[in-house]
Amino acid sequence: MNTNLRIAVVEADRARALQIVDALKDDGWDDIFVIGDDHGLARKLGDLNPDLVLIDLAHPNRDALEQVSIASQAEHRPVAMFVDQSDDEMTTAAMTAGLSAYVVGAPEPERIRSVLRTAIARFQVMSQMRRELEIAKQALVDRKTIDRAKGILMRAKAITEDEAYSLMRKTAMSQNRKVIDVAHALLTAADLLE
Amino acid sequence: MMSRPLNCGYVPLVDSAPLIIAKELGFAADEGIQLNLLRQPSWAALRDLLALKHLDVAHMLSPMPVAMSLGLSGPPVQIDAPLVLSANGTVVGVSRAIGDNMRARGWVPQFSDPRATIECLLACRDQPLRVGVPFPYSMHRLLFEYLVEGAQGARSDLISIVTTPPPLMADAVARGDLDLFCVGEPWGTVAVSTEQAELILPGASIWAHAPEKVLGMRRDWAAENDEACGVLLRAVYRAARWLGQAENQPLASEILARSEHLDLPDHAIDPALTGHILCRHGDAPVHIPNFLKFHQGATNFPWRSQGAWIGAQISRLAGLDEARTVQTAADCLRPDLYRRHLATSDADMPGASAKVEGALAHPTAVASTRGEMILGPDAYFDGRTFDFGPL
Repeated sequence: MNTNLRIAVVEADRARALQIVDALKDDGWDDIFVIGDDHGLARKLGDLNPDLVLIDLAHPNRDALEQVSIASQAEHRPVAMFVDQSDDEMTTAAMTAGLSAYVVGAPEPERIRSVLRTAIARFQVMSQMRRELEIAKQALVDRKTIDRAKGILMRAKAITEDEAYSLMRKTAMSQNRKVIDVAHALLTAADLLE
Repeated sequence: MMSRPLNCGYVPLVDSAPLIIAKELGFAADEGIQLNLLRQPSWAALRDLLALKHLDVAHMLSPMPVAMSLGLSGPPVQIDAPLVLSANGTVVGVSRAIGDNMRARGWVPQFSDPRATIECLLACRDQPLRVGVPFPYSMHRLLFEYLVEGAQGARSDLISIVTTPPPLMADAVARGDLDLFCVGEPWGTVAVSTEQAELILPGASIWAHAPEKVLGMRRDWAAENDEACGVLLRAVYRAARWLGQAENQPLASEILARSEHLDLPDHAIDPALTGHILCRHGDAPVHIPNFLKFHQGATNFPWRSQGAWIGAQISRLAGLDEARTVQTAADCLRPDLYRRHLATSDADMPGASAKVEGALAHPTAVASTRGEMILGPDAYFDGRTFDFGPL
C-alpha cells in the first residue's frame, strides 16, 4: 500500500508556496514539490509524476494542467478533484478558499481528503490574510486622502483639524455618502481650481 | 419590474463582444436582466464555476458544452448551447524561425492555402510539431487536427498538442517550447507585435464557418429558468445583430476598448472587427472577409449539425463510439430554445435545424420564416461534406 503521497504545489509566490508546504509537512506529508515557474508546466508535472496537484483556482495557467489529462494516456491522468461530486461539502469549501486540486491515479480517497483538508485550511488563512492586507492598504490610502482634504478645508476656512473632519463627516451624512468620497470630491475640485 | 441578476462568466477575448455589448448598450437592462459579467482567468475555472452553479451562463469555446456533457472535461454536467456567439476569428501562427524556414522551402505566405502550408510545416520538422492551443476542447484544436488529418490522410502522431494560455503563446514560440499556435484575437495580433511570431493561416481557411464561441448553460438551469433564459437570449441576440452591422464597427471598437470588461487597447480589438490582419511585423495587413462573424449567415443559430461535427471530431480524439457521441453532441445545441425564445423577435428562422456541413462554397439563400436567410460559405479546406442526417 502506498503510504505517502507525492504532492505538487503550483504557486508562483514563494512565501505562499512555503506556507502550504509547511502546513502539509506539519501533517506528516514530506514528498512535496513546488513549481513556481509557469513555463512548461505540463512537462514538469510529467517528470515529477505526482499523485496530487494543488493549484490556485484562479491560476491563469490552469488550462495547461487540463492538457496533462489529455496527453498522458489511460489510468494515470490527473482529473480535477471536482469530478467526485459526492463530496459536495469539501468541494464547496475548496472552491470558496480558492483551491483546485488534481488527482492522478487512484490513491486512497481518505489520504487525498486529509491533504485537502489541510490545504483548504491553509488557503483559507492565506486568502483571509490577503484580504486583510488589501483592506489595510486601502485604509492607509484613504487616510492620506482624508488628511489632504482636511488640510485644504483648514486652509480655506481657517478652521481646526477636528472642525474640518466634522464638517466632512456632516456633509457625507447629509448626502448619504462616505467621508472618503467627500474627500475625493474635495481634492478633485481643489485640483481643478488650482 | 425588478431586474433579475444573472451571473455570466467570460474570458476577455474580442469574441466576448456580444455579452459586453448586451450589457454596455443596455440591451440586457432593456429586456429586464442585470447582466453581471464575471471575468475568468482560465477556461478550466469558468467550466468548474459553471458546473458547480457559481455561474448561471457562460461564454464558452464551442466544443466545451459537448466535452462537459460527455464527462470528458471537469465535473460531468449536461451543458447546452441555445445560441452561437460567434463564428471564426482564430489564427494559426508560427515562430519567425519556422516562418523563415518555410519560405526557404518555397512556401508562399498568402494566409490562405491550408494544404500547402501544413505540408510545408510538417516537412520543416522531423519530430512531432508542438502545437499550442488555448484548451484541449477548443475549435482551435479540432480545426488543426482536422487540417493535419485532411492533408496526411490519417490522424497521426505528427503533432503534439500543448495547452498554453493565449497570453503566453508568443513567449512560448520565442523560447522554442512551441512550433506553432492557434489562438483567437487579440492574441494573434499581440504575438505579431512582439516580432517573435508570424501568422500563417486564419482558422476560417480550414472551415469557412466554424462556430467558435457559444452561450453555454446547464441543461437544468435552462429548464428551471425558462423566462430568464428567454430574456438573455433576446438581449444577446440583439447585441450580436448590432455587432453584425458593418456601420456599427467603429463604435463597437470604441465601446469595447473603453469597457472595463475587456481591458484591451483599440489597436488590439480593431483587426478582429475589421478583418484587417497583420500577419508579419512590417508587412501590410491582409483583408480577410468574414474574419470574425457575430451575426451574418445565421451565425447565432445553434445548428444541431454543428454540434454533430464537433462530436464526430471529439469521438476520434477521445476514442469514443462515434454514433453515440455525435448524438450527445447534437443534443447540446438547442435550436428549440432559440426558436421559441426568439419567436417574438424579428430573428429569421431556418426551415431545418440541421444542415449538410461544408456544402456551400458560396453564399446561398435558403428557406426561412422571413425569406431573408443567406448561409455560407461553409466549405472545408479539403472539400469534404458532412451529412449527419436529420439528427
